[in-house]
Amino acid sequence: MAAKNREVLLDPLFNNNPIALQVLGICSALAVTTKMSTAFVMSLAVIFVIVASNVSVSLIRNFIPSSIRIIVQLTIIASLVIITDQVLKAFVYDISKQLSVFVGLIITNCIVMGRAEAFAMQNGPKLSFIDGVGNGLGYAMILMVVAFLRELFGSGKVFGLTVLQPVTEGGWYVPNGLMVLAPSAFLLIGCFIWAIRVFKTDQVEEEFHVGALPEPSHEGHIR
Amino acid sequence: MEHYLSLATKAIFVENMALAFFLGMCSFLAVSRQVSTAIGLGIAVIFVLAVTTPLNQFLTETLLRPGSLAWAGLPDLDLSFLSFLTLIGTIAATVQIVEMTMDRYAPALYNALGVFLPLIAVNCAILGASLFMVERDYTLAEATVFGLGSGVGWALAIMALAAIREKLKYSDVPEPLRGLGATFIVVGLMSVGFMAFSGIQL
Repeated sequence: MAAKNREVLLDPLFNNNPIALQVLGICSALAVTTKMSTAFVMSLAVIFVIVASNVSVSLIRNFIPSSIRIIVQLTIIASLVIITDQVLKAFVYDISKQLSVFVGLIITNCIVMGRAEAFAMQNGPKLSFIDGVGNGLGYAMILMVVAFLRELFGSGKVFGLTVLQPVTEGGWYVPNGLMVLAPSAFLLIGCFIWAIRVFKTDQVEEEFHVGALPEPSHEGHIR
Repeated sequence: MEHYLSLATKAIFVENMALAFFLGMCSFLAVSRQVSTAIGLGIAVIFVLAVTTPLNQFLTETLLRPGSLAWAGLPDLDLSFLSFLTLIGTIAATVQIVEMTMDRYAPALYNALGVFLPLIAVNCAILGASLFMVERDYTLAEATVFGLGSGVGWALAIMALAAIREKLKYSDVPEPLRGLGATFIVVGLMSVGFMAFSGIQL
């Protein structure tokens, strides 16, 4: 049992990372990574929502008629996101302003829906809890790495503390303006996936035949 | 009139949903292998965005804003905390209704777009447009233009990406970069291209 728990927890971190391998949840992930503080708050919010939704869905999984399960999951997730949003507005108002619409977009975050549908509907609350933590951490890890690189090279700071003194403040570092703009997030994630697949060769995709391949079979879960 | 034209240009090019705000990425990356499917999904997204954004604007204005329930005799009520639930509920219901109406009255259109409708019910771009609309206080007319514009922008982006990916199969990409990695890099470069539009004012 302990081994299974560890596998459920660690598998989404490297082997089966929700962002890098399953392409889930990128929607809201990239826009909040210009600064580490926003990325950190966003990660906490997503971890909370995914864990709580996994546990709640798993607790009532035997009572949900399968024809309306999407609506039920959506309502649970939306309610949790409302709680998160209200808490953020109450305690970290500035960061909540910076996150703007992206807290609301956790509702349509594919990871949350995907885990509720694919894991919590079939497993007990305890295992679902661990699965939620694992997937949340897998998401948070990529978010923090991307945010670290973008903040460090984009403005010479880490968590708002100046590390590389920029020229404008009498230092030596010329900030790379591209890093704070949208394209760098795509390029960084692309390189991240590249790096993971150099080491995990089993994740390398087959010869890239466009059109010859059918659309991915898990498409139904991708929102 | 110029105001609306400027809003539409902004929604299509400058603040492109997919390339500037990363919205709707999941289906953007998963359903962009072929131009034909990309066109189908693009049209479905335009359609749903153009319907749901004004509808949500109307609901927010009449039910959720602080004091907006004054017509029902409840001037002190502030239901704005229910906004997420309302927005996503409206979107899910609209998609369902559109799907059923299409199936009944326009079977040809349903056959072409039907498979995509459930897929976009919870697409981040749809909810994102409604959330932006709430945040920026758009009027009903502005919300319609904004919804339509965002949809067109998203559809343009996914069609362009699908066309690039169809050509990409002829190139020799390093093995670990194949597929997803290369797609991300391509999207990044497209995003750089779309940045050329920033600063355009009509």
